[in-house]
Amino acid sequence: MAYSDKVVDHYNHPRNVGTLDKNAAEVGTGLVGAPECGDVMRLQIRVNPETQVIEEAKFKTFGCGSAIASSSLATEWIRGRTVDDALAIRNTDIVKELSLPPVKIHCSVLAEDAIRAAIGDWRKKNGVADAAPGSAAK
Amino acid sequence: MNEVASQVEAPAGVNLPIYMDNQATSPLDPRVLEAMMPYLTSKFGNAASRNHSFGWEAEKAVDTAREQVAKLIGATAKEIVFTSGATESDNLAIKGIAEMYRERGNHIVTQVTEHKAVLDTCKRLEKYGYRVTYLPVKADGVIDLEDLKRAIDEKTILVTIMAANNEIGVLQPIREIGWLCHEKGVLFHSDAVQAIGKAPFHVIDDYVDVASISAHKIYGPKGVGALYVRRRNPRVQIAAQIDGGGHERGMRSGTLNVPGIVGLGKACEIALAEMDTEAAYLRGLRDRLEARIEADLDFVHVNGSMEHRLPGNLNMSFLYVEGESLLMGINDVAVSSGSACTSATLEPSYVLKALGLGDDVAHSSIRFGLGRFNTEAEVDYVAARVVSIVRHLRELSPLYEMVKEGIDLTKVEWQAH
Repeated sequence: MAYSDKVVDHYNHPRNVGTLDKNAAEVGTGLVGAPECGDVMRLQIRVNPETQVIEEAKFKTFGCGSAIASSSLATEWIRGRTVDDALAIRNTDIVKELSLPPVKIHCSVLAEDAIRAAIGDWRKKNGVADAAPGSAAK
Repeated sequence: MNEVASQVEAPAGVNLPIYMDNQATSPLDPRVLEAMMPYLTSKFGNAASRNHSFGWEAEKAVDTAREQVAKLIGATAKEIVFTSGATESDNLAIKGIAEMYRERGNHIVTQVTEHKAVLDTCKRLEKYGYRVTYLPVKADGVIDLEDLKRAIDEKTILVTIMAANNEIGVLQPIREIGWLCHEKGVLFHSDAVQAIGKAPFHVIDDYVDVASISAHKIYGPKGVGALYVRRRNPRVQIAAQIDGGGHERGMRSGTLNVPGIVGLGKACEIALAEMDTEAAYLRGLRDRLEARIEADLDFVHVNGSMEHRLPGNLNMSFLYVEGESLLMGINDVAVSSGSACTSATLEPSYVLKALGLGDDVAHSSIRFGLGRFNTEAEVDYVAARVVSIVRHLRELSPLYEMVKEGIDLTKVEWQAH
């Protein structure tokens, strides 16, 4: 399979690889996928409690090159956004940016799931209610 | 340019890309090409043309090749039927026997790690009223002979079990299987594609009745193979599956692929002459590759028996790293993976799953297929590259981090998708 230049770039230079303290109040952690499915993504965010801006995002991914690129891209995109803005990111945006072929669309879906899971975890920890109905509906 | 990859320099004398996927196919040996060339150019005759010199020289070349193929496996020339390759040979053997011996019984025994050419042929026969037993394999990939003994009943007409597996290189106990079938009066077919020319395989000593052979796995051309069909003790009869001009004693019609057959013959001749030295050479390279990888990485796992194995095969799982991402990082080395992501079906390797390995282990597997033209310098380069990429990917792997922290991954509640 031929990979797009952007996928290769993220694979070679993954952005924001790392681990945040999952017990910290301002950190939200999303762990999605399963080893037996061949991909697991862990996406973590550090959110400013005042502004609800995602100030830091880190990931680690077990998966194919497209899964690594999708999660790497996701951390780039959500950094500096508010949690509500981050929830507006759709997997189709990732597909377009990375030129993923149909067989790799599930990688982008997983990345979107990881963003939602991380934000969901942060909200749960901090007792923040979901935004207005519709804006983050799944 | 892959920058992660470039952390390891290719030494002088190592040309990239490196081909290390010889169980998929092998390069054409220059000596084979040389033997074929006249039959691709001036000697273009049809081996079935009986009334001019063009036909005669083609027929003579085919006769020579038939002798060469027969000699490699301990058969006689008249027992060799040329085909388009091993998939056709497997189909012809299994369907041809099933049809011919229908009166005697309708039961076939095979095993779960066979090539799809065997498994899917058996599945089709099930639709036509045949009964098929798929024997399991043990964790090392070898069948249990007691299972085979129990599976054979009064309706059994055929046992079909491969000599060597294409993914894990594991050798089945062909001689014991052959003897058991011989004693029970059941025909024994073996898909010997991966074994011939690499491991001992002799149709008399091993009591094989029918065997499938392919040229391109033994440094011959693609698109040509053969089926060995025993003529004595017992005389095996096979119903043709391709009808037409009655070539190959009526068992396989179609104008003979003379240059391909010449190439297959030459490849068999070379294999017979060089098998012993080549096997020792490949075993040395394979063991070196394994040792180098294991010296530098934790959590690596060899899939399948190392004792009963083709000399050139190494199938390893690099736990907590997904196979396709590993292949992507070693894109100047041609190897295969059992990962679902690399397969058309999006299912991980059924062979590895048959060993009782979890899907996660199958997803992390790489098959290294060493061949005649690989060198020690290539092995060292590939080992260094693999170590470098696996370390990089483990830096990215949440699973590796969790395991290092002492988390039991089997106890985590994963969200399967």
